[in-house]
Amino acid sequence: MTGAQGSLERSAGTRDGEFPLVFELSRQGRRAWSLPETRVDAPELDDLVPEKFRRPEPPALPEISERDLVRHYTRLSQRNWAIDVGAYPLGSCSMKYNPKVAEEAAAMPGFAALHPMANDDFVQGALELLGSLQTSLCEATGMEAITMQPAAGAQGELTGLLIMRAFHEANGDARRRVIIPDSAHGTNPASVSLAGYEAVEVRSDERGLVDFEALLQVLDEDVAGLMLTNPNTLGLFERDIVRIAEAVHSAGGLLYYDGANFNSIVGVVRPGDMGFDIVHLNLHKTFATPHGGGGPGSGPLAVTGRLARFLPAPVLVFDEGAERWGWDHDRPDTIGRIHSFHGNFGINVRAYTYLRSLGPEGLRRVAERAVLNANYLRALVADSFPTKYPGICMHEFVASAKPLKRHGIRAMDVAKRLIDFGYHPPTVYFPLVVEEALMVEPTETESKETIDGLADALNQIAREAEESPDLLHDAPVTTPVRRPDEARAARRLTVRWTAD
Amino acid sequence: MDFAPHTEDDDRSMLDTLGLEALDELFEAIDPSLRLTRPLDVPPALDEVELLDHLAQLAGRSRGPAGLVCFAGGGSYDHHLPPVVKALAARAEFATSYTPYQPELSQGVLQAIFEFQTLVCELYGMEVANASLYDGANALVEAVTLAMRTTGRSRVLVGGTIHPHYLQVLRTYTSGLGLDIEVTPFDESGVVDWARVDATDAAAVACAYPNFFGRLEDLAAASNVAHDAGALSIAVTDPTAMGVLAPAGALGADVAVGEGQALGNPMSYGGPYVGLFATKLDYVRQVPGRIAGETVDADGRRAYVLTLQAREQHIRRAKATSNVCTNQTLMAIFASVYLGWLGPQGLRRLGEVCIRRTAFAAKRLSEIPGCEIAFHGPHFKELVLRTPVDARSLERSVAERGFLAGPSLGRWWPELGDCLLVAVTERRSEEDIAGLAEAIEKELAE
Repeated sequence: MTGAQGSLERSAGTRDGEFPLVFELSRQGRRAWSLPETRVDAPELDDLVPEKFRRPEPPALPEISERDLVRHYTRLSQRNWAIDVGAYPLGSCSMKYNPKVAEEAAAMPGFAALHPMANDDFVQGALELLGSLQTSLCEATGMEAITMQPAAGAQGELTGLLIMRAFHEANGDARRRVIIPDSAHGTNPASVSLAGYEAVEVRSDERGLVDFEALLQVLDEDVAGLMLTNPNTLGLFERDIVRIAEAVHSAGGLLYYDGANFNSIVGVVRPGDMGFDIVHLNLHKTFATPHGGGGPGSGPLAVTGRLARFLPAPVLVFDEGAERWGWDHDRPDTIGRIHSFHGNFGINVRAYTYLRSLGPEGLRRVAERAVLNANYLRALVADSFPTKYPGICMHEFVASAKPLKRHGIRAMDVAKRLIDFGYHPPTVYFPLVVEEALMVEPTETESKETIDGLADALNQIAREAEESPDLLHDAPVTTPVRRPDEARAARRLTVRWTAD
Repeated sequence: MDFAPHTEDDDRSMLDTLGLEALDELFEAIDPSLRLTRPLDVPPALDEVELLDHLAQLAGRSRGPAGLVCFAGGGSYDHHLPPVVKALAARAEFATSYTPYQPELSQGVLQAIFEFQTLVCELYGMEVANASLYDGANALVEAVTLAMRTTGRSRVLVGGTIHPHYLQVLRTYTSGLGLDIEVTPFDESGVVDWARVDATDAAAVACAYPNFFGRLEDLAAASNVAHDAGALSIAVTDPTAMGVLAPAGALGADVAVGEGQALGNPMSYGGPYVGLFATKLDYVRQVPGRIAGETVDADGRRAYVLTLQAREQHIRRAKATSNVCTNQTLMAIFASVYLGWLGPQGLRRLGEVCIRRTAFAAKRLSEIPGCEIAFHGPHFKELVLRTPVDARSLERSVAERGFLAGPSLGRWWPELGDCLLVAVTERRSEEDIAGLAEAIEKELAE
């Protein structure tokens, strides 16, 4: 982030001192584009397009020079935090370093310029890469089959739930409910609804884990399955996972693994070995693909052998005899297609690159250092920001700003003040089961020095809360804008620019 | 090579702080009987030199960019990718950021989304757009479920000329929701006769414009049929056509969706792409996914935030408008930079070149003995070539001759087994078109 834009940004037509919108830089007649003339012997446009389909005037896109376009987006980018700028300890988001080598790989013309419906014979390298990635992800999760179609975790969730539904229906077993812990991500219940199921919440116990007795009470023959994030969003490993799995299975249900936190156990323990039947992964988390300001992601969905026949079609297969990779569309039991094509292939190339860079030892190191960093940071700030649940955490911990409430300080104030110290804040007010929650995930790619600095900043903020709380109320003071009015945004809805 | 910076001293000192002896103790919560006692059976680590060689070798085993002139279409297109687009949109400040939960640190992405929303509204003649969805198919699904919620109905009429994959995805997504999907037939000119469609009790009528065959559907008629029955009109529409074709909003569509890949994003074997979603303000509280809104900050400065979040899964959970969380923001920024590069006149030129070169290609390809244009009438950038042979094998053999056309249509419409889709973008020159025609001629002569 640079604060140097100031007066440089003043161009005619923009409000004084405001950062301009690209539309406010527009001047009629300016252009950046360079495209060919038609240059073939064809009728004029009006002779080819009947009047009722014609657009009299093209849309009001901005008219700007390429130089202005470059400065506008360069300056916009400078108004944004990123992993490449500094630490980004958003809990549950696994904002780790995204290796540059993966960008180079995804940009290779032999991947980036492939048409998705090209004949399989012409894309053998891409299919081999996908095949190898699929095999490795199955091995890492302890599953037997996988689809790379889901574009993100939530699409993987829906895919998994539809497979759950297909499995029960194939058994003539109409079930209506799916159990979700109260600490789960919001996508879980939303995906359950979209799959046509009813979400049933099971509470966490005093350990922050699934309350096993409460689970037994809601577990019956109407339950299609249980969705579980393990470790959960409190950063805690579900210690009862084996008896949970047994209970769900003996009630005829399936166990769904939400892979949002897989980065903390990769190479250490596998969902399949814990008893899970269905697993989605978020490749932008565990496998270090860039998250692009909110996307793209990639949410592959893996299953045990007995569920493989339900996977979305087409399925990637290797013909040993012909030594040829290809898509098998003849899948009578498939739940159907879930993506326009083959999923976020470009992201999968990056994940493959990452995986090949790390190898088995590197993957385990990821889990170890992610957990080490989280516990180390937690220990350094424990006096200022206590954690509700004792013991060792996994890749993240949920601290509470509750002790600061008596000074009139909320978790959001701590978050905003942390910005002034040069760190992105943790996730705040999630999960809902912790009051004034600060959910912190340093990830394995932050150094000890960075974590020491982050801890110093958090501890100083706790002191400031007591001694000079206005520093927190007024924060941040180092950013281009300060505490935007979210209520006003919703009340006086402006979701697109219009010329005044 | 992993990317954790820890030295042995770091490990030791951090473990000491925790009062632990070994890293293994960090996993004490996991029952030892569950833990792996071996390394994962995945390929060994490669150093960066080996890794890039390996990847280049894999990439080299895909014959596409170098050896094939791309006339393939069907939802993914070989348009010009201006270098400035990637230079800006792929900047690490955009690429390596997360969802803009902290607006003070995310004004760049938030404003980029706000601008993207404006651009999509301008393209489609709509009032509100979201921050993107996964792809074109996903955008159609979200439009249909919006219509179901809005109307309280559970029947949808889908034009038979919509992308067959989008229809498949719609079926999959809604399989648990009790949606009755009815596909309307198309006539001998490759468009739906909307006046004959009965939309009684429908939540929505979905029309592809231009359609999968490149033909211009009468979207206004589809909208009328929808509105007469109290249904919403959904247009699945190609953004690259919006410089020359009347926008969906002007033709009565209530929701306009589309695939934004063609706006500056590489084909990349099918993803990451970007689903475009725009509608009218009346439906803004039913819109799926993220929306950036303008507001002011504590000092009265213009600022942007994520808004109307009560629609979304992290607040509303089981009752959210959609389960979408991660979207395709980075691809939306690619699209925004691309549209800024084009401007109104560039978009118009793009559309004009596509339409006129497609008309030229239609004329040239129909001169091939035994071949004809399957559907007559106005086209945008695709056409269907009827051949005297099985189009699937023709597609393959023409590709051997260096021209990638298709897809062949028999996989979805057996009666069109002799038909090949051909897409003509501004990158395809007169010589390319002649080359494709000659390749088909030679193949048919053999």
